[in-house]
Amino acid sequence: MAETAGMTDTKRATGVLASSGHPEAADRRDAGEASADGAWDLAEIRAQFPVLSREVNGHPLAYLDNAASSQQPLRVLNRVERYLRQQHANVHRGVHQLSAEATAAYEGARHAVASHAGTTDPAEIVFTRGTTEAVNLVASSWGDAFIGAGDEIVLTKMEHHSNLVPWQLLAGRTGCVLRFVDVTPGGRLDLDDFDRLLGKRTRLVACTHVSNSLGTVNPVREIVDRAHAAGALTLIDGAQAAPHMLTDVAKTGCDFYAFSSHKMCGPTGVGALWARRELLEEMPPYQGGGEMISDVKLEGSSWARVPHKFEAGTPNISGVVGFGEAARFLADLGSEAIASHEDALKCAALDRLGEIEGLRLYGPREERTAVFSFTYGDIHPHDLSTILDQRGIAIRAGHHCNQPLMDHYGLSATARASFYFYNSPREIDVLCDGLALAAEVFGGLA
Amino acid sequence: MIEPRSGAPGTIDREIPSSLNQLYQEVILDHYRKPRNKGQLDEATHAITMNNPLCGDVIELMLRVEEGRIAEARFLGRGCSISLASASMLTGRVLGKSLDQALELSGKFTHLLHGDEALLSDDDLGDLRTLAGVSKFPVRIKCALLAWNCLEELGDGTDEERGSA
Repeated sequence: MAETAGMTDTKRATGVLASSGHPEAADRRDAGEASADGAWDLAEIRAQFPVLSREVNGHPLAYLDNAASSQQPLRVLNRVERYLRQQHANVHRGVHQLSAEATAAYEGARHAVASHAGTTDPAEIVFTRGTTEAVNLVASSWGDAFIGAGDEIVLTKMEHHSNLVPWQLLAGRTGCVLRFVDVTPGGRLDLDDFDRLLGKRTRLVACTHVSNSLGTVNPVREIVDRAHAAGALTLIDGAQAAPHMLTDVAKTGCDFYAFSSHKMCGPTGVGALWARRELLEEMPPYQGGGEMISDVKLEGSSWARVPHKFEAGTPNISGVVGFGEAARFLADLGSEAIASHEDALKCAALDRLGEIEGLRLYGPREERTAVFSFTYGDIHPHDLSTILDQRGIAIRAGHHCNQPLMDHYGLSATARASFYFYNSPREIDVLCDGLALAAEVFGGLA
Repeated sequence: MIEPRSGAPGTIDREIPSSLNQLYQEVILDHYRKPRNKGQLDEATHAITMNNPLCGDVIELMLRVEEGRIAEARFLGRGCSISLASASMLTGRVLGKSLDQALELSGKFTHLLHGDEALLSDDDLGDLRTLAGVSKFPVRIKCALLAWNCLEELGDGTDEERGSA
């Protein structure tokens, strides 16, 4: 990845972020202003996120539901507001000034998102409503065109419903067969299963990069290589990976990569599909309408070039602009600095949660992100969540759109605390203390 | 990069907020941990399974109706303390009632969960009144109502009568 800014750059970036009125100008500032100490100034970073300073139920908010959706920094909020106040018009249509500015902002975001994904060709980025739509786009467009009865798609038991249900729908339409790689008790994919399941009829391996409930980081390169060796294409669900690491799609070697804006400091309702250009060119359109056409006659039409062929209708322009700014924001923080802070949080949380009697943690200890699914005695996750909420602690409780995985572990639900780079070590203490309160409310654990 | 932990756990306020004490009363925790009438009802005349797709809670409610009265009620399922306690209490409170009377109770219980304090003096609700604290937690009302939604479906018509579905 070209954009591994490192800790020195981080200090520069956070300094710049504090005066976030003109992000484009900030982007141009060179690294000469870097501070030598390169410290990760958590207070300064948290100050960029207005919501982090609010109170919930009389306690400071401890936002530990980042795997569901992350918060947005001032820099993104300000960029979206500036677009809406000053630059809004439809894109790729008008010749007037506002349309030109809106188009520049929209396409500029495509460059930023492409850079985050690690591609040098922005045309390989298709904007979608999110990861879910990106997967559906592939299942509908590529799937309907290239998949037939008896063809096989290999998935895993770890998939979010959004990388499962679109393929079930495709199987219903085409008669293709879905096969599932198993998950080990330790929360990893059983890689040997790929060899068992991959065969002559395998057309696609669709697999998550990082598990949304276990936090497991899957060995994507190895999976991709095995799939390619069997002659299959690969789709990687990057929703839980893109927020934490700059995704070098070339390094993963995959063919499709899907991710969402709202889990990486951007607005909701927008995401991206990265795909190799030649694949996008041979795929038929996903939806028809304006924007995606080249020439329309009553008898038929021809399509715009990629990526516009896949972006029918007026897109979510303000969302895309915010998405682009979020990608720049993360690039300025630096993926190494983000990873380093998150790694420290992860280790501390693993240690602290591991000390709590009656708490059962799911997922591996190594090769994982700071997403922790757990159960605590006989206290149901919903009850835990309600009790923690009274202390201002936001966690998720439920099946996390991961029902087959929950079934695999014989669970109906877990509690899930998911950290992001703006979380503090203090919030780990607050969580542990909240759990102690829960045990007290329930009169002990059974 | 992680600062040393400040203060051992336990230095933070441990007092249980009164809203939580009202929500998780002993009676409720008792029904959660020792549910009444939990199990299969082989002689059921009415049975239905409903889930809450957002959270994964599932309740199967089974009734044996004889001569127009609920002679036996059991449930199976999984869920939080509120949904299971509510199901457990339901199986006790509907005994001897006609389906119409049970639906009437369901209506009162729903109003109670939405904050109708006048119902706190309604003896027909019995133990169910201990669930009134749920009204302070609107997102949990659906938990308390899951078993009652089963009852409403069963009382709605004969579609779910065992054997005719």
